[in-house]
Amino acid sequence: METTYTSLTKDRLLELYQKEQKAIRGQATPMVNRIRQHAFTRFRDNGFPTTKQESWRFTDLRPLLNTEFAFDFSNQSRNIDVDKLFTCDVYDLDTFSITLLNGWFVYKHAPLTRLADGTIIGSLAKAMEVYPGIIDQYIGRAAKPDQYEMAALNTAFLQDGLFIYVPEGAHVEKPVQLINIANAEHPVFLQPRHLIIADKGAKLTLVHCDHSLTHNISFTNTVMELYAEENAVVDHYKIQNKGRNSALVTNNFFHQNKNSRLSSNIITLNGGFTKNIVDVSINHSDCLSEHYGLYLVDSNQHVDNQLNIDHVAAHSRSNQLYKGILDDDATAVFSGKVLVRRHAQQTQAHQNNKNILLTDNAKANTQPHLEIYADDVKCSHGATVGQLDPEAMFYMRSRGLCERTARQMMMIAFASEVVQKISIEALKKRIHNMVEKRLKGELSICDQCVLHCNSKEPTTFNIDLSKL
Amino acid sequence: MADKNDNILEEVSGSEYKYGFYTDIEMDQAPPGLTEDTIRFISAKKNEPGFMLAFRLKAFRHWKTLKEPDWAHVAYPPINYQDLIYYSAPRKRPKYDNLDEVDPELLETFEKLGIPLDEQKMLAGVAVDAVMDSVSVGSTFKKTLAEHGVIFCSFSEALQKHPDLIKKYMGSVVPYTDNYFASLNSAVFSDGSFAYIPRGVRCPLELSTYFRINAANTGQFERTLIIAEEGSYVSYMEGCTAPIRDENQLHAAIVEIIAHKDAEVKYSTVQNWWPGDKEGKGGVYNFVTKRGICEGDNAKISWTQVETGSAITWKYPSLILKGNNTIGEFYSVAVTNNKQQADTGTKMIHLGKNTRSTIISKGISGGQSNNSYRGLVKTGRKAENARNFSQCDSLLLGDQCGAHTFPYIDVGNRSSIVEHEATTSKISEDQLFYCLQRGIDMEGAIGLIVNGYAKDVLSKLPMEFAVEAQKLLSISLEGSIG
Repeated sequence: METTYTSLTKDRLLELYQKEQKAIRGQATPMVNRIRQHAFTRFRDNGFPTTKQESWRFTDLRPLLNTEFAFDFSNQSRNIDVDKLFTCDVYDLDTFSITLLNGWFVYKHAPLTRLADGTIIGSLAKAMEVYPGIIDQYIGRAAKPDQYEMAALNTAFLQDGLFIYVPEGAHVEKPVQLINIANAEHPVFLQPRHLIIADKGAKLTLVHCDHSLTHNISFTNTVMELYAEENAVVDHYKIQNKGRNSALVTNNFFHQNKNSRLSSNIITLNGGFTKNIVDVSINHSDCLSEHYGLYLVDSNQHVDNQLNIDHVAAHSRSNQLYKGILDDDATAVFSGKVLVRRHAQQTQAHQNNKNILLTDNAKANTQPHLEIYADDVKCSHGATVGQLDPEAMFYMRSRGLCERTARQMMMIAFASEVVQKISIEALKKRIHNMVEKRLKGELSICDQCVLHCNSKEPTTFNIDLSKL
Repeated sequence: MADKNDNILEEVSGSEYKYGFYTDIEMDQAPPGLTEDTIRFISAKKNEPGFMLAFRLKAFRHWKTLKEPDWAHVAYPPINYQDLIYYSAPRKRPKYDNLDEVDPELLETFEKLGIPLDEQKMLAGVAVDAVMDSVSVGSTFKKTLAEHGVIFCSFSEALQKHPDLIKKYMGSVVPYTDNYFASLNSAVFSDGSFAYIPRGVRCPLELSTYFRINAANTGQFERTLIIAEEGSYVSYMEGCTAPIRDENQLHAAIVEIIAHKDAEVKYSTVQNWWPGDKEGKGGVYNFVTKRGICEGDNAKISWTQVETGSAITWKYPSLILKGNNTIGEFYSVAVTNNKQQADTGTKMIHLGKNTRSTIISKGISGGQSNNSYRGLVKTGRKAENARNFSQCDSLLLGDQCGAHTFPYIDVGNRSSIVEHEATTSKISEDQLFYCLQRGIDMEGAIGLIVNGYAKDVLSKLPMEFAVEAQKLLSISLEGSIG
């Protein structure tokens, strides 16, 4: 089958959907196709989000949509040896590693692996054939195509992605690492779809990395649905380190059942255009939901973090901490919303967003919103936008540090509040290094994602001294 | 007299709404409906200069192209703008030089409202320009003010006597294109207050206006314009009460404040429109656009508001800090009870260098009410060293009510510091227990705690207002604890 090219207008996509329906629907279960049809209708009615919508007010998709993107409905990259393409350079990070290339699951042995404790890890497309029961029970329950246009678009075209099922009581010791690579000659539009289920009492750590191998334009619109059942413990890390020409829309949907614990970390080090949507439904009591974010952006990068936390049930806690440093002409948006419904008594919800602007051209827009309908709650939020504390600066200078070092130390300290929350030691160290490099200006000058530097040669940086 | 008053109070369900009564005065009304003819009628009736009519018509034509906004966190049945009466004026225009000549019923109304038009006023040191259904009926202390060159009169009077000032400043802060309700007001506004403080004058009195909605089905469209010239100071107070009525009354006012170089304006409001009964029936819709501009360097404007009334409040007193070193302040207490809905807050737009703003907002919700804070703090690219501190706290007094916070922070340069913090919690059990254990009853205890909670804001009010506001808070919260 040939690759299809089209710009991202609603009409062209609708046409494409009708034309390629057979390939798209493929082996999906009838249930999945029903959900798909519904999402397609929603997308047909609503189209792409526009800046007239509250949650997209500062994030304009339009410039991205004119590119002619390539679509691959038939997994043309299935025979590529990924190891040759890419090795993760977090040296001592021992993970169960999985790769998605251009939105399709790539494997060496089998598309689905079943571990000794019953955990299933593999391709969503294959899982739809082998485990339709699990798929039908979960898929589409957390994603809200009615509310999120980009999730509707993803659902309409969903084909493959990561599938993890951790059965009752199983603890997946090794973190599962998902590497999502875009590698194509042409601009590509990718819509991976992930379904993660941690059944009762299960434990899972998921590291999700987004990379681009070429400097070609790519647009990724991911949807992840993650279900944490009763007593489950899930740690989710998302590391975004893409090229300047990439656009990334991430839709993460979390469903939390009774007494589950969720920790979600989104770390954006590079990326031309990034929109992260995190939607959490706390449907049962005694949950803990922690959300950390860090964004370090410069040149004309744009990052938009949108969080919706819906406290439906009582006795739960949620915590949001998002921090960002903005350089050059970068822009950042934070819109957090905590909704505490009538019966969610004894809820504790905290929300915090802190930004540092390094230049006059950088812009931060922050909207920490609270909507509370229950009375016995403790909710707070805070937001600050400012620069480095001049008094702290003076203190460091008076101790003999040069301005540049003092400034870097303070920025690293600012960022490390979020980095410290990472519970995988190797990853924490690695991210810490990357943040340090990033803040010293090396990453941005290199303009290359260091995570996938494949060469054995040590990386050399051409440091532009005028920039420092 | 005292007996009569007591009877009236009993009739209107005790303290549920203290100021609920209805004065039967013949009205000179425009026919219901809104067309260009209505606007011409209003303009002709008020004998307005040509530019005013042109302004109204422009606003009306623009209004017709707009859609009613729906983004606020409030819900109400659609308003039929053609059903409203856009002009009503008391037919008997009293002469002010002799109180005996004034319609006695009107005086009685004022007495019930507690507006002392007589010597008490002198002791209080307040000049009152009372607005009774859109047309001013009383002005005092004009002489004192005139000696200092302060102009304080009704908007219509200013239009006759000082058309140049009106022409220059009206619509300069809130243009007729600003929003749906501001356009509507610009088209049909009936009257309002006008204050002009000349250069270097410290206004010797606290200017005060009591607004009051009276005739059934009358939209009240007030327009206030305050101009403080270089180096002047004025404290302006606005208070509202409205009688019990079954149909919702629309109140869409505009307040514009201009502070020139080194001028200071302090604007205080106690808003106590009829909030509707316990089922949320009736009550005033309060859709107000208030905005001030610190035009010159070192100017300062502060808004202080106590919001206890209205079925629906939609109000965002805003400030544009244009001059360098200008200061903006916003202090607010919003109380909602029963089925009241309030969506209120402020906008601070920093344009000048070294501009500072403070926002303190205290929301209290009881019953089944919803209380939202919605605020914007924006610093422009050139607003170097702008500084903002915002604190928005919400207190919840029942398990049926809602408290929401929607702050927006847009920062456009690196030297600004913007901080926002907010908390939401219920009334502390420990504090309640302490009060109860000291023999204070439940309602008294809540009144005490709430007043303490709101003290930061109440202390910013002028003395006379502060006393009234404290009482209002306690009254508004009666029956809020389930």
